[in-house]
Amino acid sequence: MRILISNGRLLDPVNKLDGKQDLFIADGKIVGVKKGPDGFESDIQLDAKDKIVMPGLVDLCARLREPGYAHKATFASECHAANSSGITSICCPPDTKPVVDTTAVVELIHHRTQKTNRTNVYPLAALTLGLQGEQLAEMDTLKRAGCIGVSNALAPIENTEVLRRAFEYAHSCNLTVFFFAEDNSLKNNGVAHEGHVSTRLGLPAIPETAETVALSRALLLVEQTKVKAHFCRLSSARGVSLIKAAQEQGLPVTADVAICNLHLTDMDVADYNSDCHLLPPLRSERDRQGLIEGIKNGIITAVCSDHQPHDADAKAAPFSLTEPGASTIEHLLPLMLHLVNRNELKLEQAISALTSFPAKILGINKGTLITGNDADICIVDPDASNIIEKRKLLSAGKNTPFKGWELPGQVTHTIYNGEIVFKQE
Amino acid sequence: MTGNTIQLDKNGNLKHFLTTEGLSQSLLLSILDHAESFAGVGERAVKKVPLLRGKTIANLFFEASTRTRTTFELAAKRLSADILNLNIATSATSKGETLSDTLHTLEAMHCDMFVVRHANSGAAHYIATQVAPHISVINAGDGRHAHPTQAMLDMFTIRRHKKSFENLRVAIVGDILHSRVARSEIHALSTLGVLETRIIAPQTLIPKDAENLGVQIYHDMDEGLDGVDVVMMLRLQKERMSGALLPSEYEYFQRYGLTNKRLEKAKPDAIVMHPGPINRGVEIDSDVADGERSVILQQVSHGIAVRMAVMAMIMGRQPDNMGDTE
Repeated sequence: MRILISNGRLLDPVNKLDGKQDLFIADGKIVGVKKGPDGFESDIQLDAKDKIVMPGLVDLCARLREPGYAHKATFASECHAANSSGITSICCPPDTKPVVDTTAVVELIHHRTQKTNRTNVYPLAALTLGLQGEQLAEMDTLKRAGCIGVSNALAPIENTEVLRRAFEYAHSCNLTVFFFAEDNSLKNNGVAHEGHVSTRLGLPAIPETAETVALSRALLLVEQTKVKAHFCRLSSARGVSLIKAAQEQGLPVTADVAICNLHLTDMDVADYNSDCHLLPPLRSERDRQGLIEGIKNGIITAVCSDHQPHDADAKAAPFSLTEPGASTIEHLLPLMLHLVNRNELKLEQAISALTSFPAKILGINKGTLITGNDADICIVDPDASNIIEKRKLLSAGKNTPFKGWELPGQVTHTIYNGEIVFKQE
Repeated sequence: MTGNTIQLDKNGNLKHFLTTEGLSQSLLLSILDHAESFAGVGERAVKKVPLLRGKTIANLFFEASTRTRTTFELAAKRLSADILNLNIATSATSKGETLSDTLHTLEAMHCDMFVVRHANSGAAHYIATQVAPHISVINAGDGRHAHPTQAMLDMFTIRRHKKSFENLRVAIVGDILHSRVARSEIHALSTLGVLETRIIAPQTLIPKDAENLGVQIYHDMDEGLDGVDVVMMLRLQKERMSGALLPSEYEYFQRYGLTNKRLEKAKPDAIVMHPGPINRGVEIDSDVADGERSVILQQVSHGIAVRMAVMAMIMGRQPDNMGDTE
């Protein structure tokens, strides 16, 4: 399949590419930017006039719910939803059922991925067996089976000796640790940010220190072990300061933030809206601004969807009894463009945080528009807008906290491996 | 913030009673006035009025309770309603039935009102959003969030003794962090216009940013009680003693237990309240609990009148046309 994308605004900030140019695709690869190879004849020509043509998005955290939770969502449903937002690469945490701690599960995921054939799926291996925080998982074996990094997902590692050894071993295997910083004792079964809202609502609260204490402990062990660490889904302004200090000190650490924490705060929980029951919790407006500043200052380099599709029953209960997480995958790009339109982020920063920077964190050759790269492309009409309606979601999880929001940006085409996998109706 | 829009119908009348937060002063005073007219019913030879005859009220208790359930039951019976007691903690949900299935089953039995007690904050609010439009919900305690009828019976008791709320200094003593009673009292006192509400407890039992609720925080009991008109003691759950919140019953009583000596700091005519059940020797000395300034037993009987008032108001019935006793 040979595709010519013409008249679009090509945008690839990391390569300083921004201008009205053509893009040439053949046999799954980008074969030319601005100028095609001699004698190029396209099978399909896409007119991208007034549209932005950018690398396919790389999402650092999305749950596709297989294996184990197919009643919530499936590879097929979620990859289709991801394509509708221009996403072509997805990194999945290992907290499936069974956990990604054996090669059989990795093979199953690869099998499903190939069958769906809509996105690249990069599984993370469990850092400890069963995510129990006790015994190291077979990291190297799992790496050879195709895992891109190691993580204990949302499960705590309470034993600091185990954490130290896990970091050391991951470092020996040349694996990046994807670490979600949360102190389980300080979390104390909390369900909302500790502040005036949780006090009014009487909700068990998660203090800011649940993040900062866990982060400080992990950063000291990163310093000791030299492991390459990526800190997932920061939620507090203080957390950003800790990452900043570590980076200034020269530690090999990167960080991301979930898209919901850039738009919502604990005030959104105020009528016990279970769609705003998230983990990490939505914190204060000051924290939200601190996270935005963290992106602007280059401390946080990636924004992920933290997509967690749920069945209706998971959210139909009193707040504390509902399952945390939001269905966000198909709004990742529109929500970022919304921040750009509100002048909270620059377009180049927003795009980099969804493409080249997360690709760099994963160590994959994606997220840029360079001749010779895999042809994973997103074409978006930035002037179109949509009002979010639950029933219109493509994801099997209808648990969006953004119901009724009008968001900019309509993806018109998503190309994965040189094939059009999504086309706006 | 919470509740206001869902608690009132389009004419501004009480539809659900979920929290004291956000309700107007006139509505809270109206509950107290209605309760005054019901207060005499329990002292009559025939303790019944036919206001809610033909109505069915379901007590949905997802968490064990004896006294609150009993007073709601008595209130409903004195209004001539039929009452169902469902102890759901030990029935439906333990068989795997979801909360909304339980609710829809009860709706199908043509109940008019649910009185709900649940261990999780926001449960009554959630149920109010799920039920059919003709059903009303009264919150009989949800997690740490609210216990509005308890707060209103406390307001009723205060008004009977102090006549008005202006110029009152009120101290709430004990486990504010876990207390739905304290939260509902704080909102009600603030709306009714007291001069000052104080909370007295160690920092471990005070929730974050509590000053945003409009209270003064004291860690020292003697300072906190200085010059107050009303002392509201809270029950301290035994399980708070294990773990990191408090060292021991002994030390708690030494620091925060209400004794006659401590009470001297308050105004000479200060009243002492407690939502019950009392832990004698833990949060309050028996001499105080049984003493002349204690109004604890009055609170219990006022509870029935206040719950009758709330039930009647929600059903749109006025006590002035309550008719002859049956």
